[in-house]
Amino acid sequence: MMQFFSNVDWYDIWMATLDTLMMLGGSMLFTILLGLPLGIVLFLTGPKQMFEQKGVYALLSFCVNILRSLPFIILLIVMIPMTLLITGTSLGVAGAIPPLVAGATPFFARLVETALREVDRGIIEATQAMGASTRQIITNALLPEARPGIIAATTVTAITLVSYTAMAGVVGAGGLGDLAIRYGYQRFQTDVMIVTVVLLLILVQILQSLGDRLVVHYSRK
Amino acid sequence: MIQFERVHKTYQVGGREITALEPCNLYIPQGQIFGLIGHSGAGKSTLLRLINRLEAPSAGRILVDNEDVTAMDARALRQFRQRLGMIFQHFNLLSSKTVADNVAMPLKLAGSYSTTQISERVAMLLHRVGLSSHAQKYPAQLSGGQKQRVGIARALATNPRILLCDEATSALDPQTTAQVLQLLNELNRELNLTIVLITHEMDVIRRVCDQVAVMDAGHIVEQGQVSDLFLHPKHPTTRRFVYEAEHVDEQELSRDFAQVQGRIVRLTFKGEATYAPLLGQVARQSGVDYSILSGRIDHIRDTPYGQLTLSLVGGDADVAIEQLKAAQVTVEVIRA
Repeated sequence: MMQFFSNVDWYDIWMATLDTLMMLGGSMLFTILLGLPLGIVLFLTGPKQMFEQKGVYALLSFCVNILRSLPFIILLIVMIPMTLLITGTSLGVAGAIPPLVAGATPFFARLVETALREVDRGIIEATQAMGASTRQIITNALLPEARPGIIAATTVTAITLVSYTAMAGVVGAGGLGDLAIRYGYQRFQTDVMIVTVVLLLILVQILQSLGDRLVVHYSRK
Repeated sequence: MIQFERVHKTYQVGGREITALEPCNLYIPQGQIFGLIGHSGAGKSTLLRLINRLEAPSAGRILVDNEDVTAMDARALRQFRQRLGMIFQHFNLLSSKTVADNVAMPLKLAGSYSTTQISERVAMLLHRVGLSSHAQKYPAQLSGGQKQRVGIARALATNPRILLCDEATSALDPQTTAQVLQLLNELNRELNLTIVLITHEMDVIRRVCDQVAVMDAGHIVEQGQVSDLFLHPKHPTTRRFVYEAEHVDEQELSRDFAQVQGRIVRLTFKGEATYAPLLGQVARQSGVDYSILSGRIDHIRDTPYGQLTLSLVGGDADVAIEQLKAAQVTVEVIRA
């Protein structure tokens, strides 16, 4: 048994796991910070909504669609100059976070928009009838009512980010996916491949069940 | 009080102009329960939403307590809305908040109440609507009637003078409807609350309203005291609503009339006259024999009424009619 894992350097695995977690945490944080407001703006300016703005919505929607249709691997490379500008390096974990955020934010924003559209219009009307300002409608009615949907969106985005981080090895970001490609695939070290894939699977599993639990906890319907 | 001056509302749908409300004038006095009845699409929902400007009129002025709602800027409108309550057909409670938090919401939004004030007021309101023990539940755990009572408590949180009811009982079963209407009735009396309610059920109008306006295709076709409209409907739409509520079939009635002899009269008793033993007295004194062809006896809000269609045979029918009129009974001769 030990022989089978002879290629596995547990220190490398540990460092790669840390890299993955750092990329995931960092990119998720910025994705939420940027994607949530973008999702709200998309929702508000969308068709038949409170601030219907055909032009603004069409423009934002177009940008979101462009970013979503680019394969992440291409985005990773195309973004290099901008990544340099933002983080000072296009390498490592720091070099991976801007493209990860750029890839996940439009995705997350769309999911947030959809979650907000699920909120019963009657609730918005009732809140308006109470004399709420737009900001109050968003913070007191829309976001609390859409919370389960937004949590589910966060879960899906986090899992998508896990698979994106696997590609971040291209810019030398490391991480479990990178290990799987370089050792498991390119050097035929099947044992490394299995260990990394199992770790990724565990990570995805944890994220999904955590997300599901939170959704259940916040669902009152 | 609420006043509409030549208010008019049109929508643009796909480049076409659709009229939701034809130019209309309306006056709703303070402290009354005012009903608006109409089929779906008649414009009653639009009219209701014009009062708190959830919809803006295309033309005309709306005055509430002498303030011009149509001229308010965003800030003034928000403050104005805080002085108005509204309840909805589908309750529109926030599913993510407890009953107590739902009721507290208008107070929190207003921003001028302390936490202690809010919790005291919420406790008082929930007690008033009989839901004190449900304060920490979520709306999904309540029945329809309970949800609407939470809606009412929430609408009254900021102590409004006016309550707007948008089909408030249409999603409820008959028994729960009766309870909610009873609550509205009590609140109207206790707080001198002006209530504007829209419905498509004449029965709701009969049970709680003082005045009613009947709407059809964007027009107010008939308007007045509920007792007048209900007992003597003039416009065909009004007639249809009343007959629907009373299960009257006009064709069936006229077939019945063809089979009886003598004069046919409709007598309407209101208030005390409803209980007086009039018919027997009049029959004895005038020598008229009568048979009852149709009838209804019930209450309009709290006023008892009776309406009987009789055929009068023999004796002196003119004397009988004079005696009935003298006793404050409205007599309509259907067939002389």
